[in-house]
Amino acid sequence: MNIAVCIKQVPAKDAPLQIPEGGAWIRETDIGFETNEPDGYALEEALRLKEKHGGEVVAISMGPERVKQTIKEAMAKGADRGIHVVDDKFFQLDPLGSARSLAAAIQKEKFDLILTGLQSDDHGFGQTGVLLAELLGLPHATIIMQIEVQDGRMRLKRELEAGWFQWMEAPLPAVLSIQSGINKPRYATLKGIMAAKKKEIASIPRASLGVDATPTQKVERIYVPAKTKKTEILTGTAREAAAKLVEKLKHEARVL
Amino acid sequence: MKILLITEQRDATWNKVSFETLVAAQQIAAQTGGKLVGAVMGKGVDTLAGALATKKLDEVLLVEHDLLEKYTADGYTHALKQVIAQAQPDLVLLPHTYQVRDFAPKLAASLGKGMIGDCIGYRYENGKLVFVRQMFQGKTAADVAFQAAAPWFATLQAGAFRADQAQDGAAKAPVNHVSVNLKPEDIRTVPLELFREAKQAVDLTQAPIIVAIGRGIKEQKNLPLVENLAKVLGGEIAASRPICDEGWLPMDRQIGSSGQTVAPKLYIALGISGAIQHVVGMKGSRTVVAVNKDANAPIFEVADYGIVGDIFEVIPALAEELEKAKSA
Ligand SMILES: Cc1cc2nc3c(=O)[nH]c(=O)nc-3n(C[C@H](O)[C@H](O)[C@H](O)COP(=O)(O)OP(=O)(O)OC[C@H]3O[C@@H](n4cnc5c(N)ncnc54)[C@H](O)[C@@H]3O)c2cc1C
Ligand SMILES: Nc1ncnc2c1ncn2[C@@H]1O[C@H](COP(=O)(O)O)[C@@H](O)[C@H]1O
Repeated sequence: MNIAVCIKQVPAKDAPLQIPEGGAWIRETDIGFETNEPDGYALEEALRLKEKHGGEVVAISMGPERVKQTIKEAMAKGADRGIHVVDDKFFQLDPLGSARSLAAAIQKEKFDLILTGLQSDDHGFGQTGVLLAELLGLPHATIIMQIEVQDGRMRLKRELEAGWFQWMEAPLPAVLSIQSGINKPRYATLKGIMAAKKKEIASIPRASLGVDATPTQKVERIYVPAKTKKTEILTGTAREAAAKLVEKLKHEARVL
Repeated sequence: MKILLITEQRDATWNKVSFETLVAAQQIAAQTGGKLVGAVMGKGVDTLAGALATKKLDEVLLVEHDLLEKYTADGYTHALKQVIAQAQPDLVLLPHTYQVRDFAPKLAASLGKGMIGDCIGYRYENGKLVFVRQMFQGKTAADVAFQAAAPWFATLQAGAFRADQAQDGAAKAPVNHVSVNLKPEDIRTVPLELFREAKQAVDLTQAPIIVAIGRGIKEQKNLPLVENLAKVLGGEIAASRPICDEGWLPMDRQIGSSGQTVAPKLYIALGISGAIQHVVGMKGSRTVVAVNKDANAPIFEVADYGIVGDIFEVIPALAEELEKAKSA
């Protein structure tokens, strides 16, 4: 079973976000980047399927040079090789343009299964997996919490709202977007890190894919949302703030 | 601007975000001087179509087919493409539900169009429609405008508009059947049974006080700190999704869109960033307290009282102050 996993690199969780005046993206200098956390679950699921059914796992990431690090980390955990779709300005792409580019790279090969995370922590489109399926002409399922493969078909557990789930069946090949919590992602071992050094990353300039990326939508500006609720911030040392809070909860909110 | 609102139902029960989206659709229709058409899809859902027709809109489309009885992405996409071809809307609005996020991007892309997803609002300025959505997990908002020719697609986040503000119509809107052509071979996936995991051990919806912990707790071994605070308060412990994903607390303690929705008199959020999927599960709480080291964390937007600080210092201090207040 040959599996492609789409892995995005995003600003680190605790990175201070600075927005240039009138900007449509954050200032990227001086911040750290990391693997989009939900994609770690997709990678783990791909590795487990490979361990069970054989085949190879290919990590695909689109972005500037720095995303090679994310691909290397995936290879250190067990992905067999990587594909880097190179584009320094990929953050300007709209969901469709981004998915068209990834789809063009995926189409160069033959995969039985394509996995994505459910949502990226930066753009948070929540669209890429579904778009890939449409562009590749494949069936799909989203918010997946369990995958069983048998005789070229999959039995899938899909998460619904408010604690509900649904079983469904889908043929292969297909695209699945994986929900966080489906598994416990492994850590890279020293051996894995060494082995990754010999693995290959194919670089494909996005421009060479010849995809139409005429935007369907444009981010005009991003900004820190204006506060609409008056939150009373209690200041002082931890102890002082805690004492003030108890006072407020008792006598103002009257909830104690 | 002609607007097509696509509602959602399952087993003839509405997903109520449909009516929140109706409010946005009514407002945009009024501002742009356009027509509003609502669609109801499924099988045996004519009563729902009738109910929708009492709202202020120009027409209700009833889209029924045996193959739409159970939701499939393929079935819904095929059917809605035909509905869109007939209705010719400029703007297609949908509620941002799990079901919609499963098919709407595909529907838009199948027409070569884009979708602005998970919007929290919109602005109509100088004849231009701009949608507002969150980025960076709610730390920033973004103004997004459509670029290419209509139809445009947008989905609206749960809670972005208030369903109780939906306007009733002066007279009942006409309900018109739209027949769609669907074949079993159009549908490549097979939907099977719906189920819930083993019965929930705790019913957090009844708890008057909830102490909720997020990833700020860092490690499982730090949990007793929070458990102690919950005990002092006589409250239940709950968590954001990552804590339950890690298995540090059972799934039935998870608050949010995929967990429980609660409205206690006191909700204390500790080291929780305030992502929308969490906030929808607790924003009905009477009093919300947030403790977070990041002054810009979105959770402060729903908090009545906030402490910007380290939970490892604030939690023990708070437990002690509460003990003190009790014995005083
Ligand atoms: C379809 C879908 C469904 C989802 N369903 C749910 C759901 O039901 N419930 C849910 O909760 N989430 C859900 N999520 C996940 C959600 O998007 C967020 O990822 C999640 O809520 C984040 O959890 P968190 O706030 O604990 O972690 P983070 O976002 O990592 O935030 C941790 C916070 O702790 C603060 N912090 C760190 N250390 C300290 C310290 N020492 N002192 C004080 N503060 C500190 C940080 O500043 C940060 O704000 C869902 C996501 C999707 C896509
Ligand atoms: N630039 C990218 N490179 C690789 N994978 C991506 C990229 N953008 C999105 N994805 C994948 O698509 C998923 C959903 O992203 P999004 O649609 O942006 O929320 C992510 O979790 C990734 O698996």
